[in-house]
Amino acid sequence: MAELNTGDGGGKDGKVRSKKLSSKVDLTAMVDLAFLLITFFMLTTTLSKPQSMSLALPDKDDNEINNKEVKVDENRTMTLLLGENGKLVYYMGLITNPLIAPKDIAYGKNGIRPELIARKKSVLEYTGNPEKGIIVIIKPSKKSKYKNLIDILDEMAITDVKTYAIVNDFLPEETKLLEGK
Amino acid sequence: MSTDMTAMCDVAFLLLTFFILTATSKVPEALPVDTPASTVETKLPESDLATLIVGKDKVFFDLKGKDVRIRTLELMEDKYGVKFSESDKTEFSLMSDFGVPIASLKGLIDMKSSDRIKADQPGIPKDSTDNQLREWILNARKANIEVANKELNFAIKGDAQENYPAIQKVMDALQDQNVNSFSLITGKRGKDF
Repeated sequence: MAELNTGDGGGKDGKVRSKKLSSKVDLTAMVDLAFLLITFFMLTTTLSKPQSMSLALPDKDDNEINNKEVKVDENRTMTLLLGENGKLVYYMGLITNPLIAPKDIAYGKNGIRPELIARKKSVLEYTGNPEKGIIVIIKPSKKSKYKNLIDILDEMAITDVKTYAIVNDFLPEETKLLEGK
Repeated sequence: MSTDMTAMCDVAFLLLTFFILTATSKVPEALPVDTPASTVETKLPESDLATLIVGKDKVFFDLKGKDVRIRTLELMEDKYGVKFSESDKTEFSLMSDFGVPIASLKGLIDMKSSDRIKADQPGIPKDSTDNQLREWILNARKANIEVANKELNFAIKGDAQENYPAIQKVMDALQDQNVNSFSLITGKRGKDF
């Protein structure tokens, strides 16, 4: 059916026959085109959905926060300070009496990630309770970029840190740390 | 002898028609932003979604669903006493994101869609004296509950180079209304990051 045949060559026995046209048309090219377009539309409809990360913040109620301050074990906390131009400082424990002194570190695979994994492990060894893991406090400064925050939240997802909080209050020592040097 | 392709052709075109009809054309955005990349791949919900676009220190608002948009506009109409005609509302329901104070929204609706992109939209006022952003969020939530009987989801689409205080302000506006859980729209990043 793939060809528009024009009947067998007439005139063998001298009679002139009217040429028969086959009603079947070759559909191969048409089907090819249709499937190409199907593929295109399928991919564009499903791939155009934007992806997202979900973020849950605590309730904001000034009175309640004043009434019951959340007490956390300083041995479990790791504070990340996000500064200007991709500056990142971290320390463990309290700023006045840190377990690990504040240190500059880079973002990404060879910077904060191995550190986070190591700290996560050491905190688990310290508490001995899988439900009491590391608590990461993320403090983005006024000069930090949105990208920095997303990078850190992404690290939380990669290293599977369950407890983290975004805190906007800076202690004077912490501001000094980011601006110093 | 080749096979009969008629049936295959029929099926192919049926599927093609289906995909063309379900594909929604992408409306150009009034405030294009370059989202930061992340490895998390949670998809955004298709409906009941409001997007707050933050870039260049401006906030734009986008809402999914025609009926929800119309109802939101009606609620805003009551709140600020700005009158919109029926055709304005229909036009508004078909628009994409916008970032103008409510007083100049009518002017924006009257524009052609190609002109809206070019128009220099100043962003939705979000200062404490004239916090229209809060009203948009509040009324969009009300409208979504009325229309779809579901709580509205929120997503923040911020530019990667946006300063954090601008994002913080938007998060605060959401948190003020006890919307504590929302999505951050990000781009795709390779696995080996």
